[in-house]
Amino acid sequence: MDIFTQQLINGLVLGSIYALVALGYTMVYGILELINFAHGEVTMIGAMVALTVIGVLMGVAPDLPGLMVVFGGLLIAIPACMALAFGIEKIAYRPLRRAPRLAPLITAIGVSIILQNLAMLVWGRQYVSFPPILPRGQHEILGAHITDLQIFIVVLSFSLMAGLWLLVERTRLGRAMRATAQSREVAELMGVNVDRVISATFVIGAAIAAIAGVMVSAYYGLAHYYMGFMLGLKAFSAAVLGGIGNIAGAMLGGLLLGVIEALGAGYIGDITGGFLGSHYQDVFAFFVLILVLVFRPSGLLGERVASRA
Amino acid sequence: MQAVHKYLGARPRLTLVLLAALLVILPFVVGAGLGNSWVRVLDFVLLYVLLALGLNIVVGYAGLLDLGYIAFYALGAYLYAWLASPHFGLHLPFWAVLPLGAALAGMFGVLLGAPTLRLRGDYLAIVTLGFGEIIRIFMNNLNAPFNLTNGPQGMNLIDPVSIGGVSLGRSLRVFGFTLPSTYLYYYLFLAATLLVIVIAMRLQDSRIGRAWAALREDEVAAAAMGINTRNVKLLAFAMGATFGGLAGGLFAAFQGFISPESFNLWESILVLCMIVLGGMGNIPGVILGAVLLTVIPEALRYLGDLQRATLGHVVVDPADLRMLLFGVALVAMMLFRPAGLLPSRQRKREFSAQDGVAEQEQADLYDARA
Repeated sequence: MDIFTQQLINGLVLGSIYALVALGYTMVYGILELINFAHGEVTMIGAMVALTVIGVLMGVAPDLPGLMVVFGGLLIAIPACMALAFGIEKIAYRPLRRAPRLAPLITAIGVSIILQNLAMLVWGRQYVSFPPILPRGQHEILGAHITDLQIFIVVLSFSLMAGLWLLVERTRLGRAMRATAQSREVAELMGVNVDRVISATFVIGAAIAAIAGVMVSAYYGLAHYYMGFMLGLKAFSAAVLGGIGNIAGAMLGGLLLGVIEALGAGYIGDITGGFLGSHYQDVFAFFVLILVLVFRPSGLLGERVASRA
Repeated sequence: MQAVHKYLGARPRLTLVLLAALLVILPFVVGAGLGNSWVRVLDFVLLYVLLALGLNIVVGYAGLLDLGYIAFYALGAYLYAWLASPHFGLHLPFWAVLPLGAALAGMFGVLLGAPTLRLRGDYLAIVTLGFGEIIRIFMNNLNAPFNLTNGPQGMNLIDPVSIGGVSLGRSLRVFGFTLPSTYLYYYLFLAATLLVIVIAMRLQDSRIGRAWAALREDEVAAAAMGINTRNVKLLAFAMGATFGGLAGGLFAAFQGFISPESFNLWESILVLCMIVLGGMGNIPGVILGAVLLTVIPEALRYLGDLQRATLGHVVVDPADLRMLLFGVALVAMMLFRPAGLLPSRQRKREFSAQDGVAEQEQADLYDARA
């Protein structure tokens, strides 16, 4: 089996999930310049809600095909996350829109802690496992294995990214979002309902996050109340890597981070002569991130914003 | 002396004496009223005040958002453990180890600062976050190929601080009183905290402090005014890191045990919350933030008793509810006082200025003339 191809495939799968979560960070950042720390937790809630629904569905209708069951879970999880994000924005961020820049960051951290602990109360401290109901076919490409689930994740991620791209570039709402990101005041003067655009941004990000949450839990076969934290961190790093506020950047950054991580985990032992093992995978990812930012301080696709007073 | 007047009001000497008396008897009051476990909390409050004051230099003064601050705390703690524990068989005295730890942390501060000079705002935040994680992961894994950090098990049996042959790790009998170890450490930490407060106050009003403020408000304008932004930034990182390293050494000696778990990202975030919640850039505010965010989670441990008293039995495990309410408190306090609980004069002005910049600037002009 070819290790390089295999790690590349694993990296692409993981990376496309990172990219989906990163989109939520980058869209909010583009408009509000806010690190929405709670976004990772929204992803986690999406996975947890979907898993609960999946459990119920399997009990009620055991004959339903697996794909339908998961789809049913998504059908509930997506609106749940959208409502959650809508509420978070309204309660924790909107009142602070004119506050000093770090104030909403702290409420975001607070919301993140609240969601984590609520999830712990509702779903418990233990891991919730994803039932093996999805098709488990395996194919061979260039000497590496790829599962049905992996193909499914990558295809769905790319379609979602394409859909979002169309939404932002081609629709009225998308134009309003871009205008708001450029200048909230001017957009408002042009008749854009800025509050509604910001709410829409959060809600769209949350819908994508819910799907990403289900993907992650299906891919690893489990979900946990703490899963959103690391996932959110990685996704945010991906968004920064690509150039925060830039939608294409988030996609590129997510994919790259996934691939870097997978290749790093596969090769770090060889590179360092066995000195560092695969548990240094995160070090490798962060190291590359730092290196990229040192040479391109505003990310890969980020614009060089001239500093103005 | 201007700084003293700023904080202590019209009768600084009286206030100072009262404050000093309060701080000296505080552990006895707390120990008698709430039990000795709360004196331990008091010690941690002081450690967090130290950390918060250090981070305040980087974030509050110089405006550089640092999300990996706890790494410096970790470096100070690990250096103390290496030089004063059976791990390498070294038992150097604390007065030699603490400055070394602070210096090592300061050096790493420059090491982190140097490549990140060009980064702004949240790009800097993510790089510092990555740095913090890298340090933690190394601490977690450097038990092989040679055992440097003892990995996730952490290092224990770290020497307590001993001053003039008196170990602070044991109870001390003086004049018939027995002073438990936590009381002794309280006074040591208090001394360190007071020292750092004085340094932070003096720094704020110094030429460097003004350079930091200029850097925070507008980097380009600061450079145009002849400020060497590179050196000033590096100095902010180094100073902040030094305080973090000092606090880390004290922590290791006090606890006698350290493991990578104590230095995860949440700790960095917690310290950041302390300074933003309290009032960034304002020393009393930062202290208040550190006190509140250390005491609130401890106070919430009594939730079990509260439930038993009001509902007759424990409905929800208090351990589960504790962090939830901590999050709620964080959000509520921030919504209630967006500029922090005790904002500095300057920030207060900036915050209110958004509604009427012109009038405010006019008022400032009169201020300046008066």
